[in-house]
Amino acid sequence: MLGRKASRKEEMIRMKRKDNRKPDELRPLVIKAGVIKEADGSALVSLGKTTAIAAVYGPRTTFPRFMQQSNRAIVKTYYSMVPFSTDERVRPGPSRRSQEISKVTREALEPAIFVEEFPNSSIEIYIDVIEADAGTRTAGINAASVALADAGIPMRDLVAAVAAGKIGKDFVLDLEGKEEEVTACDLPIAYMPRTKQITLLQMDGELPPKDVKKVIETAIKGCETIYEKQKEALRKRWELNHDKEE
Amino acid sequence: MIRRNSMMLIQEQYIRKLLSEGTRLDGRNPLEFRKIEIESNPIYKAEGSARVRMGDTEIIAGVKMSVGTPFPDKPDEGVLIVGAEFSPIASPEFETGPPKEDAIELARVVDRGIRESKAIATEKLCIEEGEKVWVINLDIHILNHSGNLIDAAGLAAIQALLNTKIPEYDGERINYEKRKGKLPMNSKPVPVSVAKIGNNLFVDPNLEEEKAIETILTVTTNEKGNVCALQKRGVEPLLLEDIEKALEISVNKGNELRKLLK
Repeated sequence: MLGRKASRKEEMIRMKRKDNRKPDELRPLVIKAGVIKEADGSALVSLGKTTAIAAVYGPRTTFPRFMQQSNRAIVKTYYSMVPFSTDERVRPGPSRRSQEISKVTREALEPAIFVEEFPNSSIEIYIDVIEADAGTRTAGINAASVALADAGIPMRDLVAAVAAGKIGKDFVLDLEGKEEEVTACDLPIAYMPRTKQITLLQMDGELPPKDVKKVIETAIKGCETIYEKQKEALRKRWELNHDKEE
Repeated sequence: MIRRNSMMLIQEQYIRKLLSEGTRLDGRNPLEFRKIEIESNPIYKAEGSARVRMGDTEIIAGVKMSVGTPFPDKPDEGVLIVGAEFSPIASPEFETGPPKEDAIELARVVDRGIRESKAIATEKLCIEEGEKVWVINLDIHILNHSGNLIDAAGLAAIQALLNTKIPEYDGERINYEKRKGKLPMNSKPVPVSVAKIGNNLFVDPNLEEEKAIETILTVTTNEKGNVCALQKRGVEPLLLEDIEKALEISVNKGNELRKLLK
């Protein structure tokens, strides 16, 4: 059992990346803004076989009233995986994992939002992962960030997010499902490129501190690429060709 | 949800001022933990337990072992399940009902540190491949919340595991009265959370400080000085250089805390 695992691990390292990507290359990335007509803002992000859709509703009055904050908007996030999104069916409804991801996603996005502009309101962010092949929380954050901007909510910056790891000697960007099994660590970050601030940081695995830093730097580079694509998607959505739209 | 009132704002400014002068409300220096006491096996009925007092924060971690089925992808390995209960006795802010997101996060961060450092030799906990393995239920119970729950819980958790003895199993029933060998352990991961206020990094926030901080990074390290889990909490962002400093602090402090384990 263990022997088989080890040889497969070595094989993975030898053939570098399954899809012939360079270590610091993202999977094919698609970002579309405005994919849900009824939402105030929405976006779809897919990276390889991982796809997340985010919808933003609000700012709207917070109910119940006692939850209202008189000096700011509250941000609510709901991350969920669609039952058919993985090999083994995901049971609908919140799990411990999804609740933790909802929390860190909120903390990743909130620093970018001018919440103080909207007292007594809430900004609700819903993220559905429709297909999962690793990196779902970061795909969700990328989509949510574009959806917030699409909703016209004033922001300090867009938030871009991606995971990185280390396979063999290589620091690798944007792990896919199969790579997640062999990486020494899985480290997702969310990043605001304008101010170089990190708003989400988690890690699984085992790695010396100096390598942790290199993995973070690898992820930051990936975030910068995603950031440009996010802006491009928003430009495309809002460019002035109303005739087509209406 | 914590509402900020003017008293809290004044307190926050004071904490900020003290930290910039290199001190704190209770006179500690920024990288100093409160007094830590670890008591082994306070709970006789548990297979292993530990009580940790970190200042006024008090936590009990207890291990109950049972026999169950392995995960399909690891048919020959024991199973670890970590849970946390923020009992309403421990704080005016805790409520009854199912675990809220902070309790879930605490349990998952502690779990991640133990799992990723491979602290438990789970491959030695197989009874019958694919059918029966030992299930380790590690439950963390907060008795008093005076800040820095994750670090205290992580310490209690690893001590409880180190104290655990496996009960006797005859193939059908577990005899909880008789305990045999110790739970096979490989390492002692310890979480250290580094908080940030202004440009100051510090460890072990007490409750007043915890209300003032907006971001904290939990770094779990093992005796090799490797990082096994990271979790940033709170809405304030961090810079890469903050993270580098926090990693260094956590490795050093983790080594100190590890010496307290028995």
